Amino acid sequence: MEAIILQILNGLDKGSAYALIALGLTLIFGTLGVVNFAHGALFMLGAFVAVTMQRVLTLGFVPEGATGTSAGGFSFGTARETPYVEHWFGPEVGGTIIDWAVPISILVAIPVMALIGVAMERGLIRFFYKRPHADQILVTFGLAIVLQEIIKHYYGANPIPTPAPDVFVGSFDFGQVLGFDPYTIMYPYWRLVYFGFAAVVIGGVFAFLQFTTFGMVVRAGMADRETVGLLGIDIDKRFVVMFALAAIVAGMAGVMYTPILSPNYHMGMDFLVLSFVVVVVGGMGSLPGAVAAGFLLGILQSFASMTEVIELIPGINQVVIYLVAIIVLLTRPRGLMGRKGVMEE
Amino acid sequence: MKDRNVSRRGILKVGAATGVTLATPTIFTGAVWADAHTGFTNAPGPDVVTLGFNVPQTGAYADEGADELRAFELAVEHLNGEGDGGMLNTFSEQNLDGSGILGRRVEFVTGDTQTSSDAARSSARSMIERDGAIMISGGSSSGVAIAVQGLCQDAGVIFMAGLTHSNDTTGKDRRANGFRHFFNTEMSGRALAPILSEQFGNDRKAYHLTADYTWGWSQEGSMRTYTEALGWETVNTVLTPVGAGDFSAYLTPVANSGADVLVLNHYGGDMVNSLTQAVQFGLRDLTVNGKDFAIVVPLYSELMAQGAGTAIAGIPGSQNWDWKLENQLGDRYRGTNAFVESFAAKYNRPPSQAAQTCYAQTILYADAVTRAGSFNPCAVVEALEGLEFDGLGNGPTLYRADDHQCFKDVVVVRGKENPENEFDLVEIVNVTTREDATYAPDHPDFQGGELGTCNPGA
Repeated sequence: MEAIILQILNGLDKGSAYALIALGLTLIFGTLGVVNFAHGALFMLGAFVAVTMQRVLTLGFVPEGATGTSAGGFSFGTARETPYVEHWFGPEVGGTIIDWAVPISILVAIPVMALIGVAMERGLIRFFYKRPHADQILVTFGLAIVLQEIIKHYYGANPIPTPAPDVFVGSFDFGQVLGFDPYTIMYPYWRLVYFGFAAVVIGGVFAFLQFTTFGMVVRAGMADRETVGLLGIDIDKRFVVMFALAAIVAGMAGVMYTPILSPNYHMGMDFLVLSFVVVVVGGMGSLPGAVAAGFLLGILQSFASMTEVIELIPGINQVVIYLVAIIVLLTRPRGLMGRKGVMEE
Repeated sequence: MKDRNVSRRGILKVGAATGVTLATPTIFTGAVWADAHTGFTNAPGPDVVTLGFNVPQTGAYADEGADELRAFELAVEHLNGEGDGGMLNTFSEQNLDGSGILGRRVEFVTGDTQTSSDAARSSARSMIERDGAIMISGGSSSGVAIAVQGLCQDAGVIFMAGLTHSNDTTGKDRRANGFRHFFNTEMSGRALAPILSEQFGNDRKAYHLTADYTWGWSQEGSMRTYTEALGWETVNTVLTPVGAGDFSAYLTPVANSGADVLVLNHYGGDMVNSLTQAVQFGLRDLTVNGKDFAIVVPLYSELMAQGAGTAIAGIPGSQNWDWKLENQLGDRYRGTNAFVESFAAKYNRPPSQAAQTCYAQTILYADAVTRAGSFNPCAVVEALEGLEFDGLGNGPTLYRADDHQCFKDVVVVRGKENPENEFDLVEIVNVTTREDATYAPDHPDFQGGELGTCNPGA
């Protein structure tokens, strides 16, 4: 029983990341009709906003009289630096600010990712609105590789540890709450925070689309772009905003994921393929479909990784997502919640 | 304009005359092998010899590859008489004098393995066929090393393996043209077992998470053999896909499995993620079967330790070499300080174990050619087989003729609890002597393949 609860928790967690990325993908696809293979790169860029923020906060100076960095009897270059924030606010407050680098990065990631999103849309993607999907896939895939290589050039290829604030280090004992023995169902605090965060972001995006005039226009545009245009509404302007919004969602998902997975330059690609499967299973252009499929596939993937399941069907952990995709597409060709007419013209 | 008639016959004549002139100096020098200076792949001209360094420049092991390249560049500098000479001054075989290799200036070309066997083979082939590389070295994955070793055997060039730790490289997939300086999973098992016994006792239950490829299987096999010999019970072994990223689904069952030790047979990014996540899931803080839960990472690397951050504190593992060896354990590891000083002067950082093995391999190759008096791969094989040497940082070392594997001390390390800076991440716990790390050539885990005979190629 505890094994099942644990795998559901794992699945919810993994599903949160899938759902957040797939949500952005679907938003862009539904509004702009663009298949954006660079969306995973936006997730990765978000993670590197956190890495950059961590570096900016630990930027420092070499105190007077400090000797060079030495270890094991050798000297390697410059001396240990004192971070400016510790110098300005004192070691305690400064230390706390550095410790909270990841949550602080969320605030920075919003404008940065919006800017990147707008630049990407205005600078490149808008020229591909009327081109075939194959062209869009090629150009966005190329863009993803370029972004990856830029990040690798500046940050290297190794994962960079980006820890959560100290208060979130450690695990919550679910077992005791649910009446099991202590230490049977332990779950890291940060992963619970991530799940909560994903729920808030997803809820926020839905509320924005549902309850604002802007959202109503966008939804109308998703349903029938031509008619909305005929009504004299400049739908393109709104779509730029939607692209920026999708970039922000992906970026924030990336920032918050850094304590779970030390970021490296190809983490976006790792998530992208799975997120596309999520979108297809959920139904192209369906936002609730993307979210539901994200959680569903996350949970299925976790269960497929259980030893008992692997013993029964070897290799299932590697293929379960694609297997489900095949079954869903065979039985419901438009995905779980797909609408008629999307990508079918 | 005057018409110049260049006939085919004329070109052939000039070509033949040039060939004879170029070959003349070596025909009258060297010992037995010098007679055979032609008749092998990529025989170098009189001025320059080209080496091919095949390292991951992109992909998950790119940082490791970058460190290997730094070491290769340094080795080439030293061979050409530039810089402070590094380990050339401490190497027991004093045949290299900074005048290149056999009087030829050393140049090098690089290839990108991308940590993929196919990419590595094609970059190695390009360096051999297009750039005329006479020797290929480098690499940071056993899958890649085995693939490139096979290619070099067929092409008739020498392969001096870089970082490759699977038993198979000098076991079932060994080749006459291939040589490995790095240690292997069998040696890691032998080195770690006594330390694990001392630190955690003999009544333990182990749970293995294993990277699903040649190195992972090899590492799991060796760790099981040696921990079960101590009396440990293996509760479960789970294969994880390479590059899984999120290991939560594999880690959560560990706490309730009855195991009190988690062995992470992972390397590179997988190790960084699985270890960090294992610590996040609170495994290190558990008490199971009345004992503190322990995590073991059989193969350590400084670059991985940087990625894992504070999660490595107190976690034991094994290394081929460590840059602190000579300062901490004395003159037996002569060469270490010379190398570290040289490396730090050029790059402002200590070298990784991958860098040391690549530097040593380049020097060992150059020395073998010099002693043989020829670049002929068969001459090099003969010169390296059974070579007993010292002064390259690992203590007394043997290049065993039976399998082309180096036998030397193995370093057991532990993640430092309170590292003072980014370079000071692991501490040396113990050194397993070469005698204790040595296994018989007929060890069952190394069977299933033959060295065969050396192939000089063309």
